[in-house]
Amino acid sequence: MIERTPVLNAVTYFIMCLGLLVILGPFWMIFAASTQSLAQVNAVPFNFTPGADFLHNLQEAWHRANLGPALLNSLITSLLVMTGKIVLAALSAFAIVYFRSPLRHVFFWMVFLTLMLPLEVRVIPTYNIAADVFEPVRWLIQTLTGIELSLQWNLLNSYSGLVLPLIATATGTFLYRQFYMTLPDELAEAAKMDGARPLRFFIDILLPLSRTNMLALATIMFVYAWNQYLWPKLMTTEVDYQTAMVAMRTLVPSVNSLPEWNISMAGALIIMAPPLIVVAVLQRWFIRGLVSAEK
Amino acid sequence: MNKRAVFKSWWLPILFAFPQLLLILFFFYWPATSVLTWAFSLEPAFGGVGERLFVGWDNFRDVFADTEYWQSVSLSLFFAFSATALSMFVAFVLAICVDRQLKGSGLFRFFYIWPYAIAAPAVGLAFRFIFAPESGLIAVVNTWSPDLWNPAKFGSHAMVLVIICFAWKWIGYNFIFMTAGLQSIPRSLIEASSMDGSGPVRRALDLQIPLLAPTLFFLLVLNLTESFVGPDTYGIVDLTTEGGPNKATNVMVYRIVSEAFRGLNYSGAAAQSLILIALIMVFTFIQFRYVERRVHYK
Repeated sequence: MIERTPVLNAVTYFIMCLGLLVILGPFWMIFAASTQSLAQVNAVPFNFTPGADFLHNLQEAWHRANLGPALLNSLITSLLVMTGKIVLAALSAFAIVYFRSPLRHVFFWMVFLTLMLPLEVRVIPTYNIAADVFEPVRWLIQTLTGIELSLQWNLLNSYSGLVLPLIATATGTFLYRQFYMTLPDELAEAAKMDGARPLRFFIDILLPLSRTNMLALATIMFVYAWNQYLWPKLMTTEVDYQTAMVAMRTLVPSVNSLPEWNISMAGALIIMAPPLIVVAVLQRWFIRGLVSAEK
Repeated sequence: MNKRAVFKSWWLPILFAFPQLLLILFFFYWPATSVLTWAFSLEPAFGGVGERLFVGWDNFRDVFADTEYWQSVSLSLFFAFSATALSMFVAFVLAICVDRQLKGSGLFRFFYIWPYAIAAPAVGLAFRFIFAPESGLIAVVNTWSPDLWNPAKFGSHAMVLVIICFAWKWIGYNFIFMTAGLQSIPRSLIEASSMDGSGPVRRALDLQIPLLAPTLFFLLVLNLTESFVGPDTYGIVDLTTEGGPNKATNVMVYRIVSEAFRGLNYSGAAAQSLILIALIMVFTFIQFRYVERRVHYK
């Protein structure tokens, strides 16, 4: 605060409270709706006080969208994607920064260009390759040697299918590259002088040093993975592998049925809780990851 | 840019890079080449076997001749610019307020970030309820006069709804970057200008906005790209309007995905995908040209 301006301070507080209303209003409405009965939730105008049906609605949503297995699937895939991304980012950035191979620029640009190929523009071919992972391998072997192989690997409806296509990470690689660049050269020099091989240097020095980096990356990647929608929706035709985000689709009231928004909102509340908890509790790390990843 | 101390080994870097390389080759570049070949060729008729028929720019000509395509392009443009403008404006006002560092502004900051944690489909579902014509927050206007607000019936209302969803979700993200940017403006500059007699509004206009320009520009390009081709747009549209009513929210991303899957028009979808990829490249190029000259105040 620089000068004493009571009027302006009041205006600032007013705007900030208005902002709070815009941001938290929807959260409150989701919560209030999820506690009400069918009649209450459809009352016009909307009644902002919570009702008494919270537990019942949660149970109903849980049961209808099959949320038990769905949440477990989401948790497993999110943790795998998160870990995979961190490991890949740390490894690739190490290859790019600490070696002087001429290929590293090619590799760096290949990773960078993936940013321009979002899933939405390559859905069908990505789906095809997930259905038949060895297609490029067969094609390569056939053009090189003329031998036709019958290798097959189908990723549809499996955890590998939910995870593998999402693990490649340009953002994470940049973040780690940035981090390695900030480390003093003397570190590697000293390690080399002491006779450490690259692998030892990576495991004993770089990884422990990058702990904060890892945590920041973990928070943004967990939220990213949990909130994935299009890919899991495409490739899971069996309920067994549905993630929570996909299961949420079943909670939308259809035109010809009861407008059970209380159940929908209860389901939405459960499904959006984990990333919200991550962002709220680990906010410092989340912001750090986000801000440094975009630089 | 380069490290002075590096390790010597020809095979270790390859080994380290290998897992990521494998994944991007399989799941990014192989599909991308498929998109490329499909865009310039046609499937053999009736699912027949044999080589794909090379047709040059025919698929693109078909796409461009389609009035529905141009409709979806203009919808996307309108959506992207409105959502970006709305989101950035709200986030900027909030960021400026929080940056005054009054008592308790930390608490406000804590909550302003929340929307970014919510997945786009969840935002879509929630706002579909909040802005439903028969229940929720806005339904009350329909008791004054029927059909004053009905996104299930009127295209323009549906568009407003998806714009609000996207803007709301991205307020959190924009806010994070704007506060970070504002914080990196040296306090002494603000103090000096207030000594010279400038009020808070003048300081915001003449000092904070110009110094924040790099961040604002970065966010502008990012928001436009995300709203144009991002997964959030797909998720929101899929859970709120499904492109309707009467294709009034059939934005490009949603159209490509639904056309590819329901319409089975691979070549047409591939051609449209290539156009989108080209657009993303233009956006990224602008971002990069600019990042080179980016100013840091740290």
